[in-house]
Amino acid sequence: MKILLRLLFFVVVVRLVVLIILGVRIKNKVRLPKSGPAIIVANHNSHLDTLVLMTLFPIWMLGKLRPVAAEGYFFKNRWLRWFSLHIVGIIPIKRQDFGVQVHPLAECSTALLRGEILIIYPEGSRGRPESLASLQSGIAHLAKRHPEIPIYPVFLHGLGKSLPKGEILLVPFFCDVFVGEEIFWTGHKKDFMELLSQQLKELAAQGNFPPWE
Amino acid sequence: MTWTLPAPNVFWALGVIFLLLFVTTFLIYAVAFKNPDKNYTELKLRIKSWWVIVVLFAIALTLSRTSALVFFAFLSFLALKEYLSLIPTRRADRRVLFWAYLAVIIQYYWIAINWYVMFLIFVPVYMFLFLPMRMVILGETQGFLKAIGALHWGMMLTVFSLGHIAYLLMLPFSGNPVAGGAGLLLYLVFLTEINDIAQYIWGKSCGRHKVLPQVSPNKTWEGLLGGILTTTLMAVLLAPWLTPFQPLHALAIGLLISWAGFIGDVTISALKRDLGVKDSGNLIPGHGGILDRIDSLTYTAPLFFHFTVYFYFQGVLT
Repeated sequence: MKILLRLLFFVVVVRLVVLIILGVRIKNKVRLPKSGPAIIVANHNSHLDTLVLMTLFPIWMLGKLRPVAAEGYFFKNRWLRWFSLHIVGIIPIKRQDFGVQVHPLAECSTALLRGEILIIYPEGSRGRPESLASLQSGIAHLAKRHPEIPIYPVFLHGLGKSLPKGEILLVPFFCDVFVGEEIFWTGHKKDFMELLSQQLKELAAQGNFPPWE
Repeated sequence: MTWTLPAPNVFWALGVIFLLLFVTTFLIYAVAFKNPDKNYTELKLRIKSWWVIVVLFAIALTLSRTSALVFFAFLSFLALKEYLSLIPTRRADRRVLFWAYLAVIIQYYWIAINWYVMFLIFVPVYMFLFLPMRMVILGETQGFLKAIGALHWGMMLTVFSLGHIAYLLMLPFSGNPVAGGAGLLLYLVFLTEINDIAQYIWGKSCGRHKVLPQVSPNKTWEGLLGGILTTTLMAVLLAPWLTPFQPLHALAIGLLISWAGFIGDVTISALKRDLGVKDSGNLIPGHGGILDRIDSLTYTAPLFFHFTVYFYFQGVLT
């Protein structure tokens, strides 16, 4: 029943919003993984980020897609908690523990071992719309644990304009998606974080985005 | 009036367009096969996109009048969205832009209920007055003139101008007994697109003298004149099948469409050049964005519409 609801939500609601109302223009879609395990690393501007990233994959891969999200925000009330866990299918983590203890990453690791595809936002929160904040190193811990699993940097533009933090009114803008080439754990945390940040910046530089002030 | 199927001539015209597509597709693939060392990917992509456009257009036009109106409303929405995604906008104006999107639905509603005067004044009067008011309430004065000017120009191009294509479907059948409003629509869209293609082909094959080098370096006088000649000839030849136009009027409308189509094209080129982009988007493979495809129509549609109404439907629209 929950699986059916999840399928219905993504086939009807999400695809209507993402493909008809917003519209996605994607560059290098072929680079996306055809199967798990894999990690998608993206910049974070809006709640729509997750929905757009999940629409990039064919609907039969829905069961494999797991966005990693902060427990504090998505467990605010029982409805949101139920929706996040069962419909969106998030892996909840405690924000303050991310990267400090090994424990919060355990469920991410298990999911990867099951062949699932994680969606991770290393900026942490959505932050100021349409600007890239500094990356948190939780992703490095995960990469170190699974050095053989490919990590795909993806840059999203436009969703922070459509639905920025703190707004409930959705205003349509085209969403541009830039998929980068896969990277792997480099052996050093600092190198790895620099590589990842560099990749995201290079993807962002591919777009010629109009100012939004 | 109950709307059933478009007149038989509309189907014949669509049939001819499909035949032209078949022949062109065959020619492109034949030439590509003969010259394997040359790259024809761009041309192949472009013709494939033409197939998608023509099939969608043909279905929308023949299914019902409502489906055709929905098709053009969606086209206006896509064009406006592409425009607003392309230009610099202000963070503060999110809510104003939301009203601009709502205006698309409202404008096509006036068209659907055949309220001619409201269709004419809604964007240039009511939206013109309302949007700046909404912006002022937000209280952000920094960049006000640029923001409201850019928004209003976009609304006029993508909602008001394009809406004229749809309103052709509301014209009474008695004014054009050979093919009705759908015939006029097909005549306008076909001539505008043929004009684009003819100007491109004439320019490619014998273009020497640049016409507006600062705006669009690929446009030549030879292409422009060849396009005007081709389009005007087509306009005169097709008029008896799709329109009520006398030969002299058909000649005038041919000249008007080919010239206005060119102006519409270079106007969008100027916008893109100002913003420093090559295409307005990448929604239509081989063509660019929506605005790249409908640029000429933003000029030809209102001019064709008011020419037609002035000479053949005067006094029947209220």
